[in-house]
Amino acid sequence: MSGDKRLWQFHGGMPLPGHKRVSTSIPLEATGIPEMLIHPLSQHVGSPAEAIVAPGERVLRGQPVARATGYVGSPVHAGSSGTVVEVGSRPVPHPSGLSADCVVIRTDGEDAPFTGYDALTNYETLNAPALRARVRECGIVGLGGAAFPTSVKLNVGVGLKSLILNAAECEPYISCDDMLLRHRAADVVAGAQVMLHALEIRHCCIAIEEDKPEALEALTARVAEIGDTRIEVVTMPAIYPAGGERQLIQVLTGHEVPADGIPADIGYLCQNVGTAAAVASAVLRGEPLISRVVTVTGSGVRQPRNLDVRLGTPIAKVIDACGGYTESARHLIMGGAMMGFPLNHDDMPLIKATNCLFVASAEDVRPRPPEQPCIRCGECARACPASLLPQQLQWSTRAEDFDEVEALNLYDCIECGCCDLVCPSHIPLTQYFRYAKTEIWNRRQERARSDHARNRFEARKTRIDLEEAERKRRLEAKTRALGKASQDEDTRKAMIDEVMKRVRERKTPDSAEDTRE
Amino acid sequence: MRTFERTMAPHLRPAASIPRLMGEVLIALLPATVAYVWYFGPGLLLNMAVATAVAVAAEAAVLAVRNREVMPRLQDLTAVLSAVLLAFALPPLTPWWVTATGAAFAIVFAKQLYGGLGYNPFNPAMAGYVVLLISFPAEMTHWLPPSGLGLAPERADLFASLTYLFTSHLPNPLGWDSIGGATPLDEVKTQLALARTVDEIRSTALYGDFGARGWEWVNNYVALGGIWLIYRRVIQWHIPVAVLLGLIVPATVFYLVEPGNYPPPAFHVFSGAVMLGAFFIATDPVSAATTGRGRLIYGAGIGVLTYVIRTWGGYPDGLAFAVLLMNMAVPAIDRYTVPRVYGHGR
Repeated sequence: MSGDKRLWQFHGGMPLPGHKRVSTSIPLEATGIPEMLIHPLSQHVGSPAEAIVAPGERVLRGQPVARATGYVGSPVHAGSSGTVVEVGSRPVPHPSGLSADCVVIRTDGEDAPFTGYDALTNYETLNAPALRARVRECGIVGLGGAAFPTSVKLNVGVGLKSLILNAAECEPYISCDDMLLRHRAADVVAGAQVMLHALEIRHCCIAIEEDKPEALEALTARVAEIGDTRIEVVTMPAIYPAGGERQLIQVLTGHEVPADGIPADIGYLCQNVGTAAAVASAVLRGEPLISRVVTVTGSGVRQPRNLDVRLGTPIAKVIDACGGYTESARHLIMGGAMMGFPLNHDDMPLIKATNCLFVASAEDVRPRPPEQPCIRCGECARACPASLLPQQLQWSTRAEDFDEVEALNLYDCIECGCCDLVCPSHIPLTQYFRYAKTEIWNRRQERARSDHARNRFEARKTRIDLEEAERKRRLEAKTRALGKASQDEDTRKAMIDEVMKRVRERKTPDSAEDTRE
Repeated sequence: MRTFERTMAPHLRPAASIPRLMGEVLIALLPATVAYVWYFGPGLLLNMAVATAVAVAAEAAVLAVRNREVMPRLQDLTAVLSAVLLAFALPPLTPWWVTATGAAFAIVFAKQLYGGLGYNPFNPAMAGYVVLLISFPAEMTHWLPPSGLGLAPERADLFASLTYLFTSHLPNPLGWDSIGGATPLDEVKTQLALARTVDEIRSTALYGDFGARGWEWVNNYVALGGIWLIYRRVIQWHIPVAVLLGLIVPATVFYLVEPGNYPPPAFHVFSGAVMLGAFFIATDPVSAATTGRGRLIYGAGIGVLTYVIRTWGGYPDGLAFAVLLMNMAVPAIDRYTVPRVYGHGR
């Protein structure tokens, strides 16, 4: 079932120290229900959800508190039973550091369940749209970190060859998929079966990096137990970023996803294993997405481990469940050591995209050494999984030559950070590229705005010109008539008389007496 | 609520650094240095000392004038490496002012005036060397034969080397006629011009098993250091392999067609500055092409041009010119060898 499958390689990448054992020594456990749950309305890619509850309203565990707006959207559900105390702006974990609208619930400790979703144990008799509707109404989004609405991804149409479940988990420190598989492999496999049915295809490949033997064993045992021959488990070398969607597809199939396309264009669909488990819960047990497995790790936390946490739990409470911070806690990072983003404080909720909370010490995350001039060594190009030339990209970015930056395909950069890690000059390349992407985007917006303004200006100018031309034309016609008249004394007199008469007539009605004088 | 310090992804830090890379290159030159001193006397070490002192002083002076931080730049060892490579290219006995001129030109003109580390289009060591070759042709052609072979009646010891270094005169009773000699490459060129065949020329004591006596072993140790650098991932294989192939392929073709008039490929590879050029000079990342394919083109160009200059040009060895000529082609090479990006059609 595994090991003998042919694998391909992607360009670049590198083996990285995993730091996974830090957080896998203690079994997965669920945390308690906190006093307050904070549910941001936008925890996914797409349009934010719209709150459908008001302060004072009582809600049950799993009851929708916000509905999806737009096709690419997702609802949000109450993490436990209690009373809505506020619908308003709160700090949320987002790279921008800005606040966003949230539904805040004061829990009552009863954890009384909402019974609005039936268990669809007969899912094999349901059609694809019905299953997608269930996945959508249960608020399921990609749990690998991107949080793209799963129902949208499942709606790929025909021509799909294979479903790929991503358990690569290539990023250092993160171990939530590993622990999920060790403890709940059955859910993951059941989720795979549901999705195979919803997609109407007959092949699923579950890909896992070879540094997770316990998870692999649990997974293969479960697949063997149910004897589903459609599901194949594949182990692959642990090379960062093999878990990136495009790299994973290349490793498993040897095919590249077109730069301007999606995996479905070449017949593949990738889902994270955590997402698969969530799909299984939603369909087979009628449970919406109200909790997830999260890795809490790093030297800054007393007892690094994995926890099954209710979404909306304040991060500080999650850290408390791990024994609190150590003296050396210095950075709080959501996500892993390569692509995670920093949080300024811990007074924000855990959201659907929170796969890892990395509390780093100054040892875990050392200060960046000062940037030196680029010596063009080319190690960055050697490391780039997209085969870009980071060195030339940074050169053009520094020169603000964004046309060249685009010509060098900056938008194919997945911001994996490999180039940063090999740079002997310690240039923050990924930062340069994020800047360039934002800058290009801003300039496009600005260009669109100035184009709009220019079009308006030109339209106005055309209109004024036309009016002016029309006025001139009329004036000229009059002048011409006058000029012609001056040649002939009689006609001139007649015209003057006519004008005088018109003036007199105009005066007559309102002041007849004056005219008489 | 607890607050945290910000850090931007990726949060792991690079292991490599410029001083570490340059340090490894210097270490890789050690075996060749020992071999060179063994065959040609202590002159190389003196030249290295002079070149390094002048290069570091020049770098510090220009950085100070340009209002740049001096210490971080000096600590990156790039000036030291340029000086050491220049010293390797000079004859073992070179007056100090010649070496100093070369080192100063390399750092001030070829490197700092273009903007310093990372901005120089030309290899500084080779630019310095070529300036000396053109400006001081007499001093640059006073070579020594490998010692212990009875090729010269007398040897240049440390005293003679020091005397010549400081005074530009050999101590009595030494003279260039008694200790000096042309390089084997020069000799081949001269003799071929006198219508002797390669076989006749190579039968003299100047020539060893596969290259020029003494030189072949220096080149071997240079290559050893170079292979170590590839193993350590300090350099990549593309440029050295391409330089060697660029030289071997035309040398083989002409040797096969007319063995009497063209020395065999092994002689070319193990004589002169080829190994040093292939592994240590052409691989200078700043002035080389950066893409994989680009580096193959760049290296092959250096190999072919070296052969052309050696065979039909006015100089016995052409590597320095070949490197500088290909340096000029780098922007164009980089431009036309951009690799295919993931997901963009083949």
